[in-house]
Amino acid sequence: MFNDLRSLWIVFLHMFHKRVTIEYPEKKAYLPPRWRGRIVLTRDADHGERCVACYLCAAACPVGCISLQATEDDQARRYPEFFRINFSRCIFCGYCEEACPTYAIQLIPDFEMGEYNRQNLVYEKEDLLIEGQGKYHGYNFYKVAGLDAGVKGKGEGENEYKPVDVKKLMP
Amino acid sequence: MDETLKYILIIVLVILILVSIAAGLIWVERRMLALWQDRLGPNRVGPFGIFQVVADMIKIFFKEDWIPRFADKKVFILAPAVVMITILLSFAIVPFTPEIVVVNFNIGILFFLAMSSLGAYSVVLGGWASNNKYALLGAIRGSAQMISYEVFMGLSLMGVVILAGSFNMTDIVMAQKGGWFFIPQFVGFVIFFIAGIAETHRLPLDIPEAESELVAGYHSEYSGMKFGMFFVGEYLGITLISALITTLFFGGWLGFHFLPPIVWFLVKMFAFILIFILLRAGLPRPRYDQLMSFGWKILLPVSLLNLLVTGALVLYFNR
Repeated sequence: MFNDLRSLWIVFLHMFHKRVTIEYPEKKAYLPPRWRGRIVLTRDADHGERCVACYLCAAACPVGCISLQATEDDQARRYPEFFRINFSRCIFCGYCEEACPTYAIQLIPDFEMGEYNRQNLVYEKEDLLIEGQGKYHGYNFYKVAGLDAGVKGKGEGENEYKPVDVKKLMP
Repeated sequence: MDETLKYILIIVLVILILVSIAAGLIWVERRMLALWQDRLGPNRVGPFGIFQVVADMIKIFFKEDWIPRFADKKVFILAPAVVMITILLSFAIVPFTPEIVVVNFNIGILFFLAMSSLGAYSVVLGGWASNNKYALLGAIRGSAQMISYEVFMGLSLMGVVILAGSFNMTDIVMAQKGGWFFIPQFVGFVIFFIAGIAETHRLPLDIPEAESELVAGYHSEYSGMKFGMFFVGEYLGITLISALITTLFFGGWLGFHFLPPIVWFLVKMFAFILIFILLRAGLPRPRYDQLMSFGWKILLPVSLLNLLVTGALVLYFNR
């Protein structure tokens, strides 16, 4: 009985507490940088596309919402011919980001993607590709890869050994 | 002719104002509940969100008014009307001010008790006609709860009747000029309040419609405006119980002279409505058997004792 009266009083005092509601369209909640929202394709520090069209994201995707087609440019550098994410299927699990070997595909803290037309949720490469570098600044896959794709010569990359001269006996 | 016109005007105004108050209470309840739960509640439509009710009303009128194929159609339609009719009829005896009273019955309280007994039919018929197990369980619980709590709801009021010496509501208010009845009849007031919560099946005693067990209880199958009738009926019930507590225990329209009587009445009534909402925000729902044993083992003996002691004291001091 007195227990109930006490809890009523405590509930009554909640009238003077701070509200927890955030009035959304006017005020926005803070989303941490690693929040998994809209998917973007980033560029490296030299403004080239990071994506090497390895299909790992498409393979990792549990709902199969990523589709792409690899192609090569004249310097044997791979890039996606098209890159398509169907956001009406995407579950924002972030597996594509984990699978990506070049930090190209990233999930950013943005969720305001509502559309009236379902077809508008299919994002093409030009919708996905952003100008910036996303979460990983200064990273360029072709600078650490063994491949010469016009970014650096063979053996000139970061932490990369000189190529072995097969015509010598020295190690 | 003028007299008749005046009564018709009173009746129409009372019905209109009561139904708008009951509908407005939906917004009040949502706002107040939010306030006590650290939220904001509906605050977008109009100033402070007060037109939320209008928006909800427009929505509910355009909802599909669906009757399940397996339901007993006639009874299904009748049930929500019963709750509205009985509660609105009960308001006939409530004296809002000395002038604004629809019927000045000399059996006022008995009329209210009779009407609230009839109100149980809406729960029973609604649950039965729905032909749905949840609805039937809700109806069984509802009828048992309402019938048992009616017993001491009536008994708790008898103390007031003894003190006032009349069943007439206006006489009861006039008898409180010396002091409001909640002081000598505090036990009766508490019992009537608890029974009133059970009678309107409001939280924490909303066992007939306990949503965590019975979906929505007796009105599980209702949609559209028929559901709206149950909903508004519930809020009308709260208003009725609050109005009755005000009249019977807190001096009705009596108050200091700087405000007109109707304002005093409304202020007291809304205070009790807010307590109803606070109870909903603060207390959990008891189990069904706990409710029943609390009623029969505690409230019934206490209300009988209250009646006995009040009667004895009145006899001792008045003779």
